Amino acid sequence: MQKQENQTAQQAALPRDARYDIVTKYLTRPKLWWLYTLIVLIVFALISWSGSTVQYKGLAAKGTEIAKGIWNGLISPDRSLLFTLNEEGAIVSPFINVTPEGVPYQLLQTVAIAVLGTLIGGVLAIPFSFLACEKIVPKWIAFIFNVFILLIRTIPSLVWALVWIRVTGPNAFCGVVTQSICSIGMICKMYITAIEDIDVRILESLDAAGCSRFQKIRYGMLPQIIPNFISTVIYRFDINVKDATTLGIVGAGGIGAALIQCITSSRWSMVGAYLFGMILLMIVIELFSTWIRKKLARG
Amino acid sequence: MSENKRKDAAGKSLAARLTGVILMAAIGIFCALASQGVTPFSIVLAALTVCAALHALRTRTMKLQNGKSIVQPGNSSLLIGMLMADIVVASAVLTGFDFSILVRRGHQFFVILEQIFQPDFNYFPKVVDPLLDTIKMSILGSVIGATLALPVSVIASTNINRSGVVVWAQRIVLMVIRTLPTLVIAKFAALIFGLGTFAGTMAIIVFTFGVVSKMMYESIETIDMGAFEAMESFGASKFQSFWSACMPQILPTYLSYCLYALEMNIRAAAILGYVGAGGLGLLMDERIGWRDYRGLGMVLLALFVVVLIIEQTSQYLRKKLS
Repeated sequence: MQKQENQTAQQAALPRDARYDIVTKYLTRPKLWWLYTLIVLIVFALISWSGSTVQYKGLAAKGTEIAKGIWNGLISPDRSLLFTLNEEGAIVSPFINVTPEGVPYQLLQTVAIAVLGTLIGGVLAIPFSFLACEKIVPKWIAFIFNVFILLIRTIPSLVWALVWIRVTGPNAFCGVVTQSICSIGMICKMYITAIEDIDVRILESLDAAGCSRFQKIRYGMLPQIIPNFISTVIYRFDINVKDATTLGIVGAGGIGAALIQCITSSRWSMVGAYLFGMILLMIVIELFSTWIRKKLARG
Repeated sequence: MSENKRKDAAGKSLAARLTGVILMAAIGIFCALASQGVTPFSIVLAALTVCAALHALRTRTMKLQNGKSIVQPGNSSLLIGMLMADIVVASAVLTGFDFSILVRRGHQFFVILEQIFQPDFNYFPKVVDPLLDTIKMSILGSVIGATLALPVSVIASTNINRSGVVVWAQRIVLMVIRTLPTLVIAKFAALIFGLGTFAGTMAIIVFTFGVVSKMMYESIETIDMGAFEAMESFGASKFQSFWSACMPQILPTYLSYCLYALEMNIRAAAILGYVGAGGLGLLMDERIGWRDYRGLGMVLLALFVVVLIIEQTSQYLRKKLS
């Protein structure tokens, strides 16, 4: 407080044009040290509060052994899961392992789950997002649907998978329906932003030109929202492939089931092969989705 | 001369187009035939794909009034549609998609869901501790992961680090880290560090580190480097100039990413217990094992409220930051 008064006095004493001088500006810059201290204090309080439960109790009994096993598995993955090998271990035709236990088949199934799940989710999300958009429907209807979407998002995908397993049994189909429901939440959120960003002036000018309602939707709305929708669906596909790899943990198909089985039975070279396949697949899909979305954004 | 050049360009684009169309058609036909063998349906599908490819290759030459002729490229939207259809059919076969199961056994879906939506409030006292564990795990993991991410993202951005090899090595490592699912990391951590919250925190640290680093180096590359260069030219060291010229620019984005990571982590931390990494997931696993779906409903309700509060707070703060 004292300091600030000093500065004001200093400022007043200076000739008028010096008030805009860079040195004066620097001296009278807003000082937010109390805000920074407060933030730092809050963060430290939070850390010490959370540090109280999360304690390092040393490695597990076989911790180092397991870590070594994982490392060895990643370095020398089980090649027979990836390729077709003959007795000497050389790769022979048809080169990749096409049996259902092999990594390529499992990866394909994972991608297939994600494709169908994303597609169905993307289609189901269209009516929901229009009904949850405040610009189109009355506020209370939008509110109800927003809460509904939030509910869908909060229930973890593993719980959804358990609910669906009762209907479909533990197979890849369960993964598909689970992902269709799970995707709705995020896709809706992004669809709603896309719908709200529509340039209304175009619709008005079509109105003025005497277009019918159908023509307005076809030529005024669709060209604006469809690239956004497709880009959203591709982005979600990216996420869904990643999710599909873990859905197998509860038995909903995909590569996760085999992976977790190998981890619990400590077959590290097989774990290495599955992880290798997963990492490769995910990198390819990410590059592909980034490329397509960039193309879409440029038009 | 210019005529020749134009022809060259046209030839190049034609070759690129031809490759693209053949590639798409090949993938489509492969999907159609490999997924279900040679059946009438798959043959029809493959034939339609070929027709769509031919349609995409058909160009039309038009003569303008001034005597010039222009070539209108074929329309490939039909081919893309057929390719999508092929992929969907192949996926449906591969996953055993069967709509009749949904119709026949659809009512089973509501058996568990109904119980989840009638939470057992007597169970609440038992939820509190794991819930706090989940929150603590995600806060600690977010803070540590985000702190580690800041220097790494600076090293991985091309406008500050001029050494291409280091940048790309860094990025490949980050990409591999991001591709590992959180549950798998948590499973490994639980095996190495023993069951409990520490393993969960480790998994969250790794996940946050990967995500925040990527978002940060992307936004560091978009900042204005003028001030940085000016300070360097005055003789300031690289660190000094970064600290005073770039830090103020990236700090708001960084904090907003940290809050965003915290939002994601609360959700992620809730299921980590499923593989033995502490928190709410442990309770969920146990309730599901007991088939006590009303207890599970209570767990989910508590999670819902916490996620709602944290999301609203963080969205408010992020709006203030931007």
